[in-house]
Amino acid sequence: MRLIGQIGDWLDARLQVGQTLRETAEHPVPRDTASWFYVFGSAAFVVFILQIFTGILLALIYVPSAGEAWNSLQVLNHGIQLGWFVRALHGWGSNFMVAIVLLHMVQVFLFGAYKFPRELTWIVGVFLLLMTLGMAFTGQVLRFDQDAYWGLGLGASIASRVPVIGPAIVHLMLGGPIIAGATLSRFFAMHVFVIPGLLIAFVAVHLLMVVKLGINDWPMPGRVVRKATYVQEYHELTKKEGVPFFPAAVWKDLCFSALILVAVAACAIYFGPFGPSGRPDPTIIQTAPRPDFFFLWLYAVLSLLPPSMETPALLIGPVIVLAGLLLLPFVFGEGEKSWRRRPIAVLSILLIAVTLGELTHLGTFTPWSPVMDAWSSDSIPPKFLHNRSPLERQGALVFQEKQCRNCHALDNIGGQRGPALDSVAVRRTQDQLIRQVIQGGGNMPAYGKNLSPAETTALVSFLLTLRPEGQPAARDSANVGSLQPEPGNPVSTQP
Amino acid sequence: MTNSDDLSRRKLLMKMGVLFNGIIAAVLAVPIFRYILSPVAQERGQGLQSWLSLGELNQFPAGQTRFASYRNPFVNPWDGKTGDIACWVRNVDGKTFQVFAINCAHLGCPVRWFPQSNLFMCPCHGGAYYQDGSRASGPPERGLFEYDYKIEEGKLFIKAGEMPTPGQKKWSSLVTLETRRCV
Repeated sequence: MRLIGQIGDWLDARLQVGQTLRETAEHPVPRDTASWFYVFGSAAFVVFILQIFTGILLALIYVPSAGEAWNSLQVLNHGIQLGWFVRALHGWGSNFMVAIVLLHMVQVFLFGAYKFPRELTWIVGVFLLLMTLGMAFTGQVLRFDQDAYWGLGLGASIASRVPVIGPAIVHLMLGGPIIAGATLSRFFAMHVFVIPGLLIAFVAVHLLMVVKLGINDWPMPGRVVRKATYVQEYHELTKKEGVPFFPAAVWKDLCFSALILVAVAACAIYFGPFGPSGRPDPTIIQTAPRPDFFFLWLYAVLSLLPPSMETPALLIGPVIVLAGLLLLPFVFGEGEKSWRRRPIAVLSILLIAVTLGELTHLGTFTPWSPVMDAWSSDSIPPKFLHNRSPLERQGALVFQEKQCRNCHALDNIGGQRGPALDSVAVRRTQDQLIRQVIQGGGNMPAYGKNLSPAETTALVSFLLTLRPEGQPAARDSANVGSLQPEPGNPVSTQP
Repeated sequence: MTNSDDLSRRKLLMKMGVLFNGIIAAVLAVPIFRYILSPVAQERGQGLQSWLSLGELNQFPAGQTRFASYRNPFVNPWDGKTGDIACWVRNVDGKTFQVFAINCAHLGCPVRWFPQSNLFMCPCHGGAYYQDGSRASGPPERGLFEYDYKIEEGKLFIKAGEMPTPGQKKWSSLVTLETRRCV
């Protein structure tokens, strides 16, 4: 023990940091901030350290070459002892880091911690969030599989829409005219050198400000932030009822961080590493590219925006969101901190959470995408063929073969791009069905050139049988009393 | 010599030092920026499009749409399979052709041809196109990207070499859905 003490003294005589470290560790924090709500920042930091370590371990094997990256991941998964585990730790660590950074941000927002004098801490934090998301995206690219390849195409297509300089941005991003080796190399440089370097620097500044300005006091309704008096009030608070950060508060941080590390490891062991999915060979097109979990909401937005709004939303939306986040501490730098007195803040968080949650949920089953093999893998349920005339059954065949089921479900099986057709005859008359099939519209392609008159006749006669028992067929109100063939009878009209 | 004179001389020397470093940095920035911007300069210089063979004409029967691929002219030895680019060749009537990029005009995902329903469908965001490449439905704002083609010595050539994206001038000048209906 004495030897260790002597070595410590020897080092400190030269480094002269012992006093500073001790003061930092034992700096007083308000008593009620030693709380389980104040552990997310330190947990994000610990997961970041885990990412650095596992990242370096992966770099021992990984080859950042378009021709070999995928193979090196296979070696990591199957050829190197516990390579799969290190990959899984890094992949799950990434998901946990994004999640914890978001939680941290929500907590900081609801506790009013971005207000005076911690505006810059918030702004640096916003950039840390962007970098974390940047790491998640570039990391997904390094898993150089089909999803990564087409995800890059998606990024390039978005970037190309920037007015005037769009194509130049695409070439800069891809490192050439196509997605290839140069693209992977530059994403490797971003993921391994540029963004981590910035992250370390920004984390250092972020932490420095937490220590210098003090941790945010627990928000009390009625304790209003005023620039003139806040700093003095905070110092009185820490003097009166302060506790040393180490060990009064730090044990909760340590417990939570350990719990998160256990959770990351448990997920890594139980679920294993992410991918890689198919080879990054652009001539293999039997693929449905999907982004990673935290970008699914964006994937949904890109599917659901009206075409005319898409480019403006993609180019202006991020600018507005970023400006809003950066201006927040200046516009609302004073006033109530407590979420109990800030209903709009709470409702905003709920609105954003529900929106992102629902978009992510939609992104997991993509109702807007045609089910590419529904026409060949899911047959029409027998109940829709029972007691049908030959013509109607012929229509069912047309329905299947013309791939209507890629977009339309019957009996809840098939695509969800268009409406389910189980009861279409309740909603549409024969004339309306013929028009819809031939001319399309309302986001449906026109099939006029692809169906012979006989096929159309058969198809529509089949569609007219699709109504639940007891519900009347749709009637043409402009033509009441005219001859409306009963469902089940051959359709006489030719398109 | 007074003390303040001494200070101002030192300040001058320091300023000269800063200036000198600034000049060096500016001079060094030129080659560094040219290096970084080389992918953009490549396009401005020799151009990225060239005529590439898709193979014999008899691979593409009249009235049908077939899958084809070519090796991109700008590749490095370590690009692996990423240098192989796919496209769809439509032989309209034995004489005229249409060659479509594999990339959806929305966000670049690979579109698939369904001969049964005569549609191209995209697996990502639900875009669909008619057999002539014009937009049928979904989020794309335009029809499929179409390569220029020529026929020489019984082979089909297309002018390609760059991933098509909606922002490129080459594509934005092409007529889209509004003026071209299903052939």
